[in-house]
Amino acid sequence: MTTEISNCLARRTILMALGLASVLILAIACSSDDSSDSSENSGPSDEGEELIIYSGRSESLVAPLIEKFEAATGIDAKLNYAGTGALAATLLEEGDRSPADVFFAQDPGGLGSIIELVKPLSDDVVGRVPDWARSPDNLWVGISGRARTVVYNTDALSPEDLPETMEGFMDPAWKGRIGWAPTNGSFQAMVTGMRLIWGEERTREWLEGIVANEPKVYAKNTPTVAATGFGEVEVGFVNHYYLHRFIAEEGDGFAARNYFLPGGGPGSAVLVTGAAILKTADNDSEAERFLEYLLSADAQRYFAEETYEYPLVDGVKRADLLPELASLNTPDIDVSDLGDLATTQNLLREVGALP
Amino acid sequence: MNGTRVTGEQTPVGSGSIRKLRKLTPPWLRREPLSLWLAAITVAGAAALPVLYLVVRAAESGESAVDSIFDFDTVAILWRSIQLIVLVTLGSVLIGVPLGWLTVRTDLPYRRAWAVASVLPLAIPSYVGALAFISAFGPKGLLQGWLEGPFGVERLPDLYGLTGASVVLILLSYPYVFLTVRATLWRLEPEMEEASWSLGRSPWQTFRRVTLPLLYPAIGAGALLVALYTLSDFGAVALLQYDTFTRVIFNEYNSAFNRAAAAALSLVLLAVAVSLILIEASARRRARYYSGANAARRRRRIVRLGHWRLPAFLFSSLVTLLALGIPVFVLVYWLTRGVNAGESGLFDWRAVYTSVQYSVAAAVATVIAAIPISVLSVRRPGLLSTGLERFSYVGFAMPGIAVGLGLVFFGIRYATGIYQTVYLLVFAYVVLFLPVAVGLIRSSLLQVNPRMEEAAMSLGRSRINAFLTVTVPVIRPGLAAAAIMVFLLTMKELPATLILGPIESRTLATSIWTAAEEAFFARAAAPSLLLVIASAAPMTFLVLRERSRN
Repeated sequence: MTTEISNCLARRTILMALGLASVLILAIACSSDDSSDSSENSGPSDEGEELIIYSGRSESLVAPLIEKFEAATGIDAKLNYAGTGALAATLLEEGDRSPADVFFAQDPGGLGSIIELVKPLSDDVVGRVPDWARSPDNLWVGISGRARTVVYNTDALSPEDLPETMEGFMDPAWKGRIGWAPTNGSFQAMVTGMRLIWGEERTREWLEGIVANEPKVYAKNTPTVAATGFGEVEVGFVNHYYLHRFIAEEGDGFAARNYFLPGGGPGSAVLVTGAAILKTADNDSEAERFLEYLLSADAQRYFAEETYEYPLVDGVKRADLLPELASLNTPDIDVSDLGDLATTQNLLREVGALP
Repeated sequence: MNGTRVTGEQTPVGSGSIRKLRKLTPPWLRREPLSLWLAAITVAGAAALPVLYLVVRAAESGESAVDSIFDFDTVAILWRSIQLIVLVTLGSVLIGVPLGWLTVRTDLPYRRAWAVASVLPLAIPSYVGALAFISAFGPKGLLQGWLEGPFGVERLPDLYGLTGASVVLILLSYPYVFLTVRATLWRLEPEMEEASWSLGRSPWQTFRRVTLPLLYPAIGAGALLVALYTLSDFGAVALLQYDTFTRVIFNEYNSAFNRAAAAALSLVLLAVAVSLILIEASARRRARYYSGANAARRRRRIVRLGHWRLPAFLFSSLVTLLALGIPVFVLVYWLTRGVNAGESGLFDWRAVYTSVQYSVAAAVATVIAAIPISVLSVRRPGLLSTGLERFSYVGFAMPGIAVGLGLVFFGIRYATGIYQTVYLLVFAYVVLFLPVAVGLIRSSLLQVNPRMEEAAMSLGRSRINAFLTVTVPVIRPGLAAAAIMVFLLTMKELPATLILGPIESRTLATSIWTAAEEAFFARAAAPSLLLVIASAAPMTFLVLRERSRN
């Protein structure tokens, strides 16, 4: 009798194991179905209709644009979204086996790190943006611009309280009132700009002056803007467009606004997002069309109006609430020169701003 | 602490007759089959792939990678990481153990509801949890806003730094201890506790001197998971402004774009992980935790808490309020604000489906992969089996991005067919979460007297049949807990999913990330809430089954 019971137990266990195994197989089979489904939809036509894009720009920002691109061209764009750093590292690991056609990056640093994997772009593409916003060898092209700025808490400060240039924040009066994000790529690009314009010594002095004012250290731009709006700090060194996301989310009452330094200099540097075509690209002409689309009036208007970035193409107007790019007193540097991050990071470590 | 000796190293009850039975069992029956060893070695080998990758990457750049370790204030950063690990591990044990005991063994009111609620913080991604706590308790958070009117509080003390990071990480990771302890308690044989009661000890004395020592393997396994998780966490420490070693590694990947330095630093991180693993191993006693009789099916006595019922109830409520209530409250606040502002299309059901699919596959695959290693390390303790078991832990301590890149490196070269498919992704989940399953299955197996299986074989059962009919029913709570924990961890896993996921796939975790990254809080809140709800399902199922069994 006990044998019966245990045989029954064994059967139950085996059945359960079989059940689980089939769930596993089903789960996997379903999801591979999904992927083959979508490729079948476009599959019968030739492979030229597809485009694989690794995007370090967030899906929440660019997905609507991708849909418009697909609708306009009939190309089936397949997106791999992740952080710019993670995608750059992935591309380097994939090397010449990479399935990717296009790399759309959050900053020139990410493009610079994979520069040996990309091929030159046609003059037709790079010619659409100003010289300062592209790689000198035409290896990548800037897509949209973002200005460095100072975000300030409107309850605590008014614009008259703020200094003309970044150097004003070295004043001990700012002790405990500043927020920054030294690990952030855009911040580091700004410091690189400082090194180019001011030189090493003055940059070091500036960093030491800020560190002496005991700034609060945030992980990146978003939390810095949030903390400024909520009054944890009074000013933050950030990119300009995050503020507009917060106003959209929190309402006009969000107690922070941007302050574009009237004295200009590195604190007003304009940075870009950018894109490149990989040497491994199977779909050259589609890739080229994608970059052309990103630099079309349509897409540039999207960046201006939806993400509050600066369009880089002539004839497309910035969002009304932004100051004109020319009025920012932007320093005269090429964004491609801002790629020397190693020296900047060493400097940041030496002054104790980075771990 | 003298009391621990009573049970920890006690000769199992009725061992005399068992020893006789053991003599009668032929040696070939006692040896584990070769196939089991091969399976265990294969699984451990898979877990080793990311480490191999890191070595390749770090070695490629040679000295400069080693130099890069010294570019940093490595000792100071390590010290900071260790402080955090100690605090978070201690805190998690102090919350997880009593909560586990209360929800299994006592007449705590609504204990099944607490059992489900107490697991769920594990499903909250650490960056979402940290963001929610900052919104609620930050110097100028929601709480400050409420206190400002009536009490004139203008600023709350800073949440940032070591204190804030430890509190948030404790609240998000005590479920590791809670679940391991619970799985063990569920099958703990009651006779020793009964003996203690019959000798006139109070429930508290019994818990401290009898139950607690029996739980040491489970607490050790849970605490190790907490410690390794804390070591590898990035999201919470970054937002809470506490620099740990993982932050340095992420910085190398994400803003310095330096893979070699990142790999070298990850190897240092692994060395720390290995030390933690060895500390836990040395704390393990060579003790047996089972008794001779098969008492597993006996009815357990429920401890009457008496006048401790209210404090116990308040304790459980407070933990759930903080660890689950606060994040859920903030998420709902964000969501309603977004809905009121006219945002639509916030709920993406496809992402729920994809997440559940991946997580079920990962849970099943990981539990199956963990069985050979667990069985061997319990039944045949020796250099090889212990080594394999310890080795399976390394994936959990590594930053997810390193595991992801390691599998890109191997996948694109040697497994092109499954590159960027769900197969390689599930493989990555197995590598990442293997130790979770091994820890839970192992501590359950320690409760099974191997003679039972041997007796079944001497009565003519095949080995597989004996394992399935005798052992599996006893360790089922451990298997279920392992599957649930892997399920929850896969639901929220981000870095490896982003790197290795099939192109165009979207999970709840990636939806949350892409929205939170750009400050779309309402759009991040919707999938976060779905994540918590979907994660509640398997635990509820388990708890309801437990009821039907009692």
